[in-house]
Order: sequence, then structure tokens, then C-alpha cells
Amino acid sequence: MEKTHHISSYCHIKDSRVSLNGNTLFISAIAEFSAFIKSASQHLETKYSKFYKMDNLSKMAFLASDVVLNHAKLPSDKENNIAILLSNRASSLDTDRKYQDSISEADNFFPSPSVFVYTLPNICIGEISIKHQLHSENCFFIFDTFDANHLWLHAESLLKSKKAEKVLCGWVDFDENNYEAFIYLVEENGTIAHSPNEIKRLYKS
Amino acid sequence: MGVAITGMGIISAIGHSIEDNRASLLASKSGVGTLKHIQTKHSELIKVGEVSFSNSELTKQLHLDQDHNYTRTGLLGLFAAKAALKNSNITTISEYRTGIISATTVGGMDMTELYLKQFATNADVQKYIQTHHAGISTQKIADALGITEFATTISTACSSAANAIMLGARLIKAGKLDRVVVGGTDALSKFTINGFKTLMIQSDALCAPFDADRKGLNLGEAAAYLVLESDAVVQKEKKEVFAYLSGYGNANDAFHQTASSENGEGAFLAMQKALKMAELNPGQIDYINAHGTATPNNDFSESIAIQRVFGENVPHFSSTKSFTGHTLAAAGAVEAVFSVLALQEQTVFPNLNFKTVMPETGLKPVTSVVKKELQHVLSNSFGFGGNCSTLIFSKA
Amino acid sequence: MTELRLELKEKIIEQLNLEEFTVADIADDDALFGNGLGLDSIDALELIVMLDKDYGIQLTDPKEGKEIFKSIAVLADYIADNRGK
Repeated sequence: MEKTHHISSYCHIKDSRVSLNGNTLFISAIAEFSAFIKSASQHLETKYSKFYKMDNLSKMAFLASDVVLNHAKLPSDKENNIAILLSNRASSLDTDRKYQDSISEADNFFPSPSVFVYTLPNICIGEISIKHQLHSENCFFIFDTFDANHLWLHAESLLKSKKAEKVLCGWVDFDENNYEAFIYLVEENGTIAHSPNEIKRLYKS
Repeated sequence: MGVAITGMGIISAIGHSIEDNRASLLASKSGVGTLKHIQTKHSELIKVGEVSFSNSELTKQLHLDQDHNYTRTGLLGLFAAKAALKNSNITTISEYRTGIISATTVGGMDMTELYLKQFATNADVQKYIQTHHAGISTQKIADALGITEFATTISTACSSAANAIMLGARLIKAGKLDRVVVGGTDALSKFTINGFKTLMIQSDALCAPFDADRKGLNLGEAAAYLVLESDAVVQKEKKEVFAYLSGYGNANDAFHQTASSENGEGAFLAMQKALKMAELNPGQIDYINAHGTATPNNDFSESIAIQRVFGENVPHFSSTKSFTGHTLAAAGAVEAVFSVLALQEQTVFPNLNFKTVMPETGLKPVTSVVKKELQHVLSNSFGFGGNCSTLIFSKA
Repeated sequence: MTELRLELKEKIIEQLNLEEFTVADIADDDALFGNGLGLDSIDALELIVMLDKDYGIQLTDPKEGKEIFKSIAVLADYIADNRGK
């Protein structure tokens, strides 16, 4: 019989709030993203010095993934085969704008390498992989809206073909003042069935 | 056996068609030179692989209305995707479940950067606001070709198109699609030129992949697509199969946002996975079309990874980026097309501008056009964010 | 000279997003790269931009940066000798 897969945990970051499996881990009265995410990372004891160099999209994706992966209590003595499938609508637009600013005035023309490095949406996957030392398959999709079906299909395919033991999936969108992250971990064991309907339900929750 | 490739389309610095690209490769004729279509103060300091058609020429070739809002990325993409469908003799899209997976990093940036300051006031250019979005370039191509079943965009830097090809193959194998147009498109833009300049990995001379004195990459622009079809469609329509995609693999280097690890871990894992899927030993690979961007970092890291996989017996290898420049999101598809051409021509294409072997590795790429029996070709595409992909193509 | 060193420490913290550091945490002779502050290759490129933007010094070869960015003290000396602004 084919193995069924489950969603073992999920994280939302939205409206100055970080929650895990529906429970609030951290909430801030400050609406402004930078201040919020800084407090969140301190409160959640992220303790990662390179966090502050990341752009907004990467900080958000990194923190949400960190919450989920830390909760999973992965063994640290062996390599974890966790594939990563993330998606969004705005690509790296938030950072693209900042970078464009650094090259828009002819008389103050100083393109920033550290900003340019983040003008690709999949860099956040790189950051997650570096911290958790994940060498598995990874991909980043641009959708018009959150597409549970596509993520479900792709994750199932990777698990069934044993390309990955677990799959970290989600939607991490950052565009001007609108941001949301929804990250979930798919594996054999868990309490929520891995299906498009369940994914949509959790996304909206 | 793998997934059948029954059509290809390409537009690059070395030609506007498969035939032109093939001829340039066989004649060792590079398309890298001085930037013409973009106004930037860096023009004198860089070399690029530019497509010679201007946007108005592309518009004419595609029979589009003058007031269209395709960006250059979209124009190049539509040009190549149309050519791929024609090459595959597909006239009625709706006959089978057909999808498109396109890769891009630039999206509509080429127009946005030109008109950003006018968006608020100039009604004529406001049509480009919508087309900035990376997904729109794919959607416009899908709409123009009548593809409704499935369309998505992948954006994973320089491995994007290879990942698009991988996903397409998986959808066919899973029985979700009967055929799929897969590949990518990226146009040159000031945004990218300035960005790579600030990372100090762009060369002011013609790039020399795997050369001991290499100074960096030349950027390029291109679009390329393959048509993949299921065995059922191939049999029913009695299609000619150009080659098979027999293996693929993707892994993350998990080292740095943009630099590759010293032992080429991501590259090594991707190549291993592809070989495993294709059920091939390293010794069965006849030619490697390398990622070979000519940056000090990539070529070293990729060489180490190649040596880890192939040991003492590294097959013939070359980087064709010395012909086209580094075409970013399109690179995986451009080089997939070149890999299939290599199989069709039973020829290995040269690594131009190479003079001196890297002392750390002692690896020498192929420097002239070499006729050779080729059964299996391996193609590498490694992107920022540690995203490493490998594709293996086998003779039909 | 101490003014320049202080200025550099402040700039580096700001430009390179070293949010967990204060000026007091960086000694003049601490290694900036490797085991010291742990800066990486992208940070080096940002410092090259800073040299141009704030001090009018243009480095064309990133490898030159290795010697110049050894420590705050070394960097300050180099700027004092070569600054165009």
C-alpha cells in the first residue's frame, strides 16, 4: 500500500504575528516589518548573526522555516533530506525596488552588492539551506495566487519517488507593506493529512 | 529511455534559429561583443552576448500590434516558444493536454527600468506596469500560443530553465500533461549589468571559461524552449524524437548566497542524482556542456565537482557561454538545445578563448570542434542561492 | 586618526547590517574577516563601494581588498593616505 503523507507542522507570519500550528508564538504592537521581525527573531532566539544581512523576504522566509524546522527536532548528527518548495507572487520585488534606488540617480550612483545579491526570490531558500545544511532539491515558483494543488503535486512526487524524506513547502510573499508567510512541513508522520484541501484550509487559518 | 524531445526553438547572440545557432557553433563563431541596444556608462567596460534583433524587429517578426506591451524578455520568449512548437509540427494546441513552464529572472525589468520615472505621468508607457511581473511574461506567451492547461514560472537564478525542463518531464511522467513547452527567457537590462558589475565578476574582455587567467563572465540574453512529449503522443503522431531527457538532478550547495563551495558539493550532488536516474556510470557520459561562467569561483568549484564525479576519466567538456554569454535564466534551456545539437551532429563544441590550464585542477576543455561518437551528454546549470541542476540527454 | 577609526566602525556596522555589534565591540586591530568580525566576500564588495562613495578611492581589483580590509587600523591608514574626499 502506498504511504500517505501528513503535514506535521505549519507556521504563519502575518500582521506582526508569528504562529506555529495555529498558536501565537509572538505578536508585536509595531506594524512596521523591520522592527517586528527583529523583535520576533530575538524573542524566538534565532541566534543567527547573518540574519541581519538578509533582505525582508529572506528574513521572513527564514524565520518561518526556522520555526517549523526547529519544532521538527531534526537529528543533528546526520544529513537531513528535506526538499524545499517555495512560491510567491511578487518574486523579489521589494528588494528589486531598493536596488533600483541605488542606481537611479546619475550623480549618486552606487549599486549595492549586498542588496543585489537578494534580487532573486530563491536566495531565501539558499539561506534556509545554509543554516540547516540541507543539500536537497529546491525550487521557487511564481504564481498569481497561492497554488495548493501545484505544491501538493510536486511534494507528493518528491516523496513517492524517494527524492526527499520530507518537504518544506509554502508561500512567502513580500510587496511594499504587504507581507505573508505560510510554511509547512510534509512528511510521513503527522496529524493533518497532506491534501490540497487541507493545505488550503491551513493557509486560510 | 527518458522523456522525448520533439521540438526546439532558440534565439541567442549566435543566431535567430536552430540552424543559425548550429552553424555558429560548428564554425566556432562567437556572438559576444559590445553592447548596442542599452544606454549605459558601462558599455565600454563590458562584453555581452546580445541578440541582434531590436524590439521593433522582433515585433515585426512576431506580427504583433505596434501598441503591444511585451517587454524584450517576452518578445524573445514568444519568438523562441513559437519556433519550438513549429519545429515540433504542432498546429493544434488543444489536441492534447499541453503546458508551458518558463523561467525568467529579469521579467519585465527591461521596460520598467526605462520608464519607471514616467509611469505616473505618461499614459503611453503605463502598459508596462503590468508586465513587470515575472509571471506575466509566461502568461502572455501561454495566451499567444493558446496554452490553457498549465502555465507556471520558475525563478531560481541561473538554473531556472534547467528546473523548468525537469518539472516538465515530471509532469509528463506523472501523466498530468501530454506535452509541455519548457525553457526560459531573459533580456539584458541595466539592473543586471550594474548588479553583476558591483559583484565584480564581470569581465571587460571575452570570457575564457576554465582558463587559469579568467577574469569573469560576459552577460548574455536569449530565449530557448524544448517541446517534451509523452511516449503515447510520440507513437500516435509518429513524431521524430530528437533526443531523450534521460536523467536530471537538483541539489542545494548550502554554502553562500552567491558563491559556490570549494568542494562543489551542490554540483557534485546534482550530477550524481542525474546519473543515478539515467542509470548511467560516469564513464558513459561522452560530453559535458559545463556551466562554465568563467568566474574564478564557479569554474574552480565546478571543476572540483567534475573531478569528484568522474575521477581520472573526465570526458570531453566545454562551456558554450563563450559563444552566447551567460544568459541567466535562459541558460539551462540554451545549453539543453546545444546538448541536443551535439548529439544530432555527433560533435563536441569548443570552449572558446581558453589558453592555460588551471593549475589547481589540470583540466583542459575541448578547444576546437571535435567529431566524436556521442551517446549521452550531461549539461550543468548552477544558480545563485546554491541551486544546482544537472540534465542528461541521450541519443534517440 | 581616532576620529576616522570611530567613523569607520560606525559606517561598517550600519552598511553591513552588523546589528549585534556596537562600536565598543570592535577593537582597532581586530581581524575584520575570517575569525574576527566574520565578514564575507559580499561584505568586502560593500566596503569597496564605501571607499568609492565616501572617500573617493576606487579599487578595481577585489583582491586588493584583502590587504586593505585587514583591520580598522589598517583601513584607516590606507584611507588617510589615499582619500580623494
